[in-house]
Amino acid sequence: MTTAATADGRFTPDSRGTAPLIHPLWLRITHWLNALAVFIMIFSGWRIYNASPIFGFKFPDSLTLGGWLGGALQWHFAAMWLLVVNGLVYLAFGLITGRLRRQLLPLRFKQVLADFLAAMRGRLEHADLRRYNAVQKLSYLFVIADSILIVTSGLVVWKSVQFPLLNTLFGGYDTARKVHFFGMAGLAAFILVHLILVACVPRTLVTMIRGR
Amino acid sequence: MPYKPPQRERPSIDPLVVKDALKLMPASSRRLFLRQTLTIGGLAMLTGCDLAHNKSITGALGKVSKFNDRVQAWLFDPNRLAPTYPASMITRPFPFNAFYGENMAPVVDGATYKLELGGMIADKRPWTLDALRALPQESQITRHICVEGWSAIGQWGGVRFGDFLRRVGADTTAKYVGFKCADDYYLSIDMATALHPQTILALTYGGETLPRKYGFPMKLRMPTKLGYKNPKHIMSLYVTNQYPGGYWEDLGYNWFGGS
Repeated sequence: MTTAATADGRFTPDSRGTAPLIHPLWLRITHWLNALAVFIMIFSGWRIYNASPIFGFKFPDSLTLGGWLGGALQWHFAAMWLLVVNGLVYLAFGLITGRLRRQLLPLRFKQVLADFLAAMRGRLEHADLRRYNAVQKLSYLFVIADSILIVTSGLVVWKSVQFPLLNTLFGGYDTARKVHFFGMAGLAAFILVHLILVACVPRTLVTMIRGR
Repeated sequence: MPYKPPQRERPSIDPLVVKDALKLMPASSRRLFLRQTLTIGGLAMLTGCDLAHNKSITGALGKVSKFNDRVQAWLFDPNRLAPTYPASMITRPFPFNAFYGENMAPVVDGATYKLELGGMIADKRPWTLDALRALPQESQITRHICVEGWSAIGQWGGVRFGDFLRRVGADTTAKYVGFKCADDYYLSIDMATALHPQTILALTYGGETLPRKYGFPMKLRMPTKLGYKNPKHIMSLYVTNQYPGGYWEDLGYNWFGGS
């Protein structure tokens, strides 16, 4: 044990003075498993989309996974288990340990705005990676909510007859398909920004691997 | 003599199988298929240049697909009905879709046609179209969902399939019902779906005799399954406990194919 969380949730370095733990092991494991699942889901999903595009474009086939529709469906419906089970494990750990609430709440609009403006001016502090700034909090909350939207709309696309309540909530099969697509688009936008910011603050990549 | 369901090699995604499938495709979709397959991932999947690697991956994916069959069978509620729609919502024209072009759809002579029965069925006497039309008829306006993602609403009429199976003394405790079609399509479904109240042996579309392009003389219409699970131009059907596979399923589509 090299760090300890105090009652109010702050971390304190241990007596040996090693760097404090930023990301616990369960978080790192679920993060990277999720990255793998999302990678497979998006690139196989693009192949499935291409079989019958909703909008007037297709994704380049070279950017897709599966080789053909049947292969892409197999990848998609295999990785969905990883995505959902791993996502539930993440949420369970986050709720039970209190980390979700501690790290992502409270979230205040004024603080989001202030941190966003500071980030745009390149003046956002990254001295303490244990604490998320308000823009980070918002984007992580967004991606959790978006993932839930993607999974639930995906259930309707997968089995619209067997999930009648969800089917109605999403306005039917065809609408659920669009929601599923825009959910993906939101997730892809998050990933793009996420990767750019990791490139700006490379230490964050190290902490997501080593934990500190 | 016991009825023998059609035997077919168990395929993984084998380049030869794909080649066979390509031969059956019209030139336009063949070009499309080839163009779409010529990607780094597609090549790796199809050329077999990294066989061990790919065989283990496709094998694992196939196992998950079998697992997903079981999950879908568990999710399937035999009493839950697919949504039905008013006639005003019918998609016009209802799309034609097959592994061949519309002008290649098989021509079946309705006057001499007889539906052949086989396998675990007590009364295997074949059925003429007139005899099938004399049975109680049902009609439904339901959504057809294609595995490609598009959907369309259509109106089918015909004989409730569960009633038909019971009438001919089919063993409804068997696992599968298999179909062989005039367009060389073949497929099988689970017994639970075969007995679902909305599963009908469709003889009409839009109140008219089922046209050639939609599967004359008959199509099995199941609003609880994806489009490729709804066979057209049915020539024979049989009841069995031996897994019969299916045309697309043997190439990699999920077997249960529920919606």
